[in-house]
Amino acid sequence: MIDIFELWISWLPSLLSGLKISLEVTFGALILGIPLGLFLAVGVGSSSRIVKSISVLIVEFGRGAPALILLQFLYFGLPTAGLTLSSFVSSVLALALNAGGYTSEIIRAGLQSVPYGQREAAFAIGLSARDSFRLIVLPQGLRVAVPPLLGFALLLLQATSLCFTVALPELVSRANDIGSSTFLYMPVLVLTGLLYACICVPSTLMIGRVERRLSRHE
Amino acid sequence: MFDLIKSIAEALVQAIPWTIALTVSSFVVGAIVAIPLCAMRVAHSAVVSRVALAVILILRSIPPIVWLFIIFFGIGTGAIHLNPFMSAVIGLALITASNLAEIYRGSLKAVPAGQFEAARVLGLNRWRQYVDVLGPQIFRVALPSSASFAIGLLKDTAVASTIGVPELASAAYHVSQSTYKGIEVYATAGVMYFVISVLMAWGTRALDTHLRVRIAR
Repeated sequence: MIDIFELWISWLPSLLSGLKISLEVTFGALILGIPLGLFLAVGVGSSSRIVKSISVLIVEFGRGAPALILLQFLYFGLPTAGLTLSSFVSSVLALALNAGGYTSEIIRAGLQSVPYGQREAAFAIGLSARDSFRLIVLPQGLRVAVPPLLGFALLLLQATSLCFTVALPELVSRANDIGSSTFLYMPVLVLTGLLYACICVPSTLMIGRVERRLSRHE
Repeated sequence: MFDLIKSIAEALVQAIPWTIALTVSSFVVGAIVAIPLCAMRVAHSAVVSRVALAVILILRSIPPIVWLFIIFFGIGTGAIHLNPFMSAVIGLALITASNLAEIYRGSLKAVPAGQFEAARVLGLNRWRQYVDVLGPQIFRVALPSSASFAIGLLKDTAVASTIGVPELASAAYHVSQSTYKGIEVYATAGVMYFVISVLMAWGTRALDTHLRVRIAR
């Protein structure tokens, strides 16, 4: 048992630097993906038919294809057309596309939950359509969307484990390297699982609490 | 161009049975394992309920790929030998069970308390209460969310390619490496996943409508 702890301590620096890359990819994908999701959510509800069809197409593409296929499409597929992306860039872009598709549905549900009377009231006090969206609908809609968006961020962190397949040195790649050089797969994988759990379990519990708090007055 | 897509599609189609077998087996096993897990989660004993919560949280907090590696490399090469397909089914079924247990729990709450009371007052034993009265109602409420989960599971089966199950994502990788037509290969594979998920959504909607008609009667 002591041996295992010694091994864990010796592996920890490598795994933690892998975890750092996983987190960087997660944040990168969220920073690109959530604004994309917002645009798509507005686009899907647009009255212009072209904007609407393009948005629906991107949403369905982002959600419909497995993240792994998107990732390998960008990393192994695009170079055949002469566009080579590094594993980090293709990971961020693939997960951002995926995140855009999923968060657009979350944000759309949030925006739809804002009562129509709010828009009428904004119109009645003379706000332009743009200001009524920006100042009245968006803040209220995003508030509702916060807990599911946080939940999605955790799923995205887990999805970064797929980047192992494009040779990005993130957490699972590091674990796999250690496993294949020492043949001690079980101990290193358990430690890897624990690292993910250390982030995801408390966050999940916290999100549940936030959700209950926000729905307290409903 | 058309011939190329056709030959790619022919190569990829052969992997679809593996993808479907993975999805169906892990969903069925997971749906069964989820029943005791949900029962534990709603148990009156705080200890049992906490244990179930911990199991569910841990299963959901670790990425599928890590579960598959733990089962295939960690357990499957040690005392018991597990082939890639079995390992993938076990891993994905565990994740399915933890998600479906929560869906069942939500559906259990949606069944009016009167139904539980009425079933008890009629003198049915626990088993008959669940099989004849509550089960069908829980099933109906749980159907849409379980179906969305199943569609997500279909896409999660792609991770089984990392432990060598010859399913769609793995076939896409091999075909793209041998033909150097990455864009066409992955686009075709993406369309195939999309078509399967549309069919699943369509089937569920048909089943849901059918069940609604029966209850409206």
